[in-house]
Amino acid sequence: MMGFLGADLSGRGRTALALVLLILVSLPYWSSSYILSVATITLYLAIVGQSWNLMLGFAGLLSIGHALFVGVSAYTAAYLFSAFGLPPVVGIVPAVVLAILVGMFIGYLGFRFSIGGVYFALLTIAFAELVRISVDHMGFIGGTEGLFLQVSESDRHGFDLINLRGHPFMFYYLAMALTFITLAGCRYLLKSKLGYYWQAIRDDQDAAQALGINVFKYKMYAVVYSSGIAGVAGVFYAFYQNSLFPESVFGIERSIEITLGPIVGGVGSLFGPVLGAFILTPLGEGLTELIDFLKDTEIIDPKLKLNGLKLLIWGLVVSMIVLFKPTGIWPWLNDKLGFSRKEGE
Amino acid sequence: MDFWTLANALATGLLTGLVYGLSALGLSVIFGVIRIVNFAHGEIMVIGMFFALVLFRGFGIDPLLSVPLAAAVLFVFGYFLQSTVISRVAHLPDHMQFLLLAAIAVMIVNGSLLIFGPDPQSINISYSFDSFEFGELLIDKTRAYAAIAAIVVGVILLAFFKYSRTGKAIRACADNYLGAQVVGLRVNHLYALTFGIGSACLGAAGCILLLLVEVHPYLAPGYTLLAFVIVIIGGLGSMTGALVGGVLIGVSEALAAIVLQPSMKSAFSFGLLILVLLLRPQGLLGKSVK
Repeated sequence: MMGFLGADLSGRGRTALALVLLILVSLPYWSSSYILSVATITLYLAIVGQSWNLMLGFAGLLSIGHALFVGVSAYTAAYLFSAFGLPPVVGIVPAVVLAILVGMFIGYLGFRFSIGGVYFALLTIAFAELVRISVDHMGFIGGTEGLFLQVSESDRHGFDLINLRGHPFMFYYLAMALTFITLAGCRYLLKSKLGYYWQAIRDDQDAAQALGINVFKYKMYAVVYSSGIAGVAGVFYAFYQNSLFPESVFGIERSIEITLGPIVGGVGSLFGPVLGAFILTPLGEGLTELIDFLKDTEIIDPKLKLNGLKLLIWGLVVSMIVLFKPTGIWPWLNDKLGFSRKEGE
Repeated sequence: MDFWTLANALATGLLTGLVYGLSALGLSVIFGVIRIVNFAHGEIMVIGMFFALVLFRGFGIDPLLSVPLAAAVLFVFGYFLQSTVISRVAHLPDHMQFLLLAAIAVMIVNGSLLIFGPDPQSINISYSFDSFEFGELLIDKTRAYAAIAAIVVGVILLAFFKYSRTGKAIRACADNYLGAQVVGLRVNHLYALTFGIGSACLGAAGCILLLLVEVHPYLAPGYTLLAFVIVIIGGLGSMTGALVGGVLIGVSEALAAIVLQPSMKSAFSFGLLILVLLLRPQGLLGKSVK
């Protein structure tokens, strides 16, 4: 798999990839449990970010309601497990199918009536909000009270992949495996005929149509793959978090969070969304730690209420990236350090 | 449900809807001219609300009287936001503009959280609990005044765009960007002016809204979404459409609250939005764009 991912990389790029892989694999053995949990969430966001990137970066479809696909699948798998004891390894099938069906429904409505650009984005937000409010009123999955999964103390030390109950190590390695499978899968898609159709549609829809590409069909494929990957990530999220609330699963903040990694890392690139997740999540956590540290050492007044400070700084960093590195960090870094193979090499 | 319950709900919805309409007008003006979807819409309006709150708490100024001042301050804010920051991303794809405005929104929410704290704050004015009575129809004075103020600001804005030279020049930029440049209009200045006017409109709407709801930093995203719903239903870029859409949403929310449950009212609006997007994507009063 690694050789497959490294196919487009230069020697230096492959060394970097191997180094990153080494750090990731060994991470649980030298880091704290806190860092491990941050790394797990980062990997999860990398997967969802890649799924979002598939729609926008590969096929040019802007979704700002991506939390919908994650959430539908998360709720389905969690409900089937808590109500009927269906293990997630089976429950993932109906969960992902449902996420894909929701995606196909939105895609069908949008593309049938050729709703594009900003309007399509707003359609995705509208559906995400509609589902969020509806879930608020669905008693059987907890409504606003939330849906909880039982965890026993012995679960926390196990390694039960069938029921997704186990030690944090298990979740971490699972997230890592899923990230690499997603990356390899997306690379395969990008280099396939389908991927070239997507890029043609993204760059010039009218020209693509004139060349005989069935635009509707291939846009639908993009939505299917994207919501499918988001669905898989959703199942992981449900069993890692063990608690689901409509606001924190379907809320617009969640959808925006999903878009951030890929945009900061570089939309349309393969490694961009992963890099973006690894920049932003630790940045957010690091700011929290820094503020706590400054308070502990009384460099700043510990009684000061600084609730919004972290997100304020974080918003500032994101704006700076948009203003000064609008193509994302990965293309720039790649250019500076020469990770990709040059043409003809 | 008897006649008077329905009439009261309709009246409340209509009056609230006018304030919604004014707020949506701010979004519509900006999108119609600069073609930027202002994701910091509700956040800018909440700045207006806090502004009116401070003036009321500090100097006892009625929020309706702070309208011109809030409009002026937010005009300047909007003008500089467009001319120094947003104009720099005009050439970037939609999602980058969306991200920049979302980041600005996050900064405004958390900045106001730092200053004002998370608790909802309301104001108590002399006529807070008074109402006009027509038979069994009760209309809160605050709501009536708010609606009148919204109409006044809305009419001033529409008249500005229809009759003033600057208003005409701005519409020329919206209709034909290249043409406007060819005849020598200062497009960048006019764009900044437009963003300023849109923000001023939000400042006014914020002051007026303070009569009706409590203000807190997390109020903003909900109003951003609400304004999206309204302008898409009315027609993105159409100014009368925004007012009509506002009234439509105000009334349908009020009806949904008595027919269904109050907490389901926004689900109703989003349902309406999806219907409009599917059947008439340009909105009720929007021009068909292809």
